[in-house]
Amino acid sequence: MENKFLAAIKEALEIEDRDIALTDVFRDFDEWDSLSRLSLIAMLDDDYDVAIEDEVFKSLITLGDLFNEVQNRINK
Amino acid sequence: MAHLTFHNVGISGLAAAVPKNIVDNYNYIEHFDAEAVKDLVDKVGIKQRRFAPEGMCASDLCFAAATQLIEDMKINKSEIDLLIFISQTPDYRMPATSIVLQEKLGLGKQVAAFDISLGCSAFVYGLSVVYALMQTGGFRKALLLDGETRSRIYSPKDRKTAFLFGDGGVAAIIENNEKYGVSHFSLNSDGSLSDLIKVDAGGYRNPTTIETLTEKIVDEFGNIRSDEHGYMNGPDVFNFAIREVPKDVKKVLEMANLELSAIDYAVFHQANDYMNGYLAKKLKLQPEQVPSCIEKFGNTSSVSIPLTIATQLQNKFDKPKKMILSGFGVGMSWATAFLTLDNCKISDLVEI
Repeated sequence: MENKFLAAIKEALEIEDRDIALTDVFRDFDEWDSLSRLSLIAMLDDDYDVAIEDEVFKSLITLGDLFNEVQNRINK
Repeated sequence: MAHLTFHNVGISGLAAAVPKNIVDNYNYIEHFDAEAVKDLVDKVGIKQRRFAPEGMCASDLCFAAATQLIEDMKINKSEIDLLIFISQTPDYRMPATSIVLQEKLGLGKQVAAFDISLGCSAFVYGLSVVYALMQTGGFRKALLLDGETRSRIYSPKDRKTAFLFGDGGVAAIIENNEKYGVSHFSLNSDGSLSDLIKVDAGGYRNPTTIETLTEKIVDEFGNIRSDEHGYMNGPDVFNFAIREVPKDVKKVLEMANLELSAIDYAVFHQANDYMNGYLAKKLKLQPEQVPSCIEKFGNTSSVSIPLTIATQLQNKFDKPKKMILSGFGVGMSWATAFLTLDNCKISDLVEI
């Protein structure tokens, strides 16, 4: 699950040169900008059928936070 | 369930008008770093927009489009019994702009004229109102005008909205004729999301004061606007659109008992290229089914659907074409139509 999630994140953010981890703070990525948000929304809809409201998304800091939020919503 | 079905009503002609004044988005860099602007413009796919110069209103664009269309179709103006103007940038708070246009266009006093205030969903909503009224048999011809000067609503110093919106106006003639066959509409609203796209002040809830006109920094990114500028929560609008629009399209296809592959053209509100690309992908539409004009005109709110038809599908209607039209945005409000365009006259684009 985690590997699939990380692979999807890498693809959405167009990270090609390195591995990423759940402990990473995604807003610190060089590739991150406000438009990355659109790519993430599309990925979460396409791969997980999940939509995270902007208010909630703002409180997510690490990829682990995002992963847990997605898991919680899938299990609801 | 706001599901509507009509028979033998259709659009017989369509004209669009845009300001001559072209804004090149790559060079719209007075307030922002050029490289960041390039990344943004590439992703949203809006390379140019048209801005109405001072003194030009949405109604002026509609007037120009209507004048061209009436001339091209050799319409006898005395046969126009219904005039609806769609806009959220009207001439005055009162009277309704449609009534001002009745006189300017030289239409008779027997015309029923009124305005509809909705945003990006409004062309489809407006069509449903015109189709319903035409179906009564009480009108000979209807003139549907739809214009926006959205460039004036948003702050050029708020990067969330500064690069997206443009101006335009269209005119459509709607008539009764058996060749148009059946049409279906789905209309929807969700006021719980009214904060996603909004102009907070300047109406009667929060009247204009010095304070509402004062520009201020509104977020940690340094974006600047006043309470009388529009704002948009882009991520949640995107969340909303990719959730609701495909569902609504499928609903209308079910009403029409058709597969998406049987549709010649699906014309979506031109919000941004990335969102529209994702919508098309999610619905498994082929690129040739999804015309777009966002690169040249940006997001023109309710005008974007008919502007896309007028600029991308001219001369395509010598044979009947099955169309899906889907508008979604401020409200939130969204609407989808299935209809047939048969021999629809499309005027050349008017530039004023």
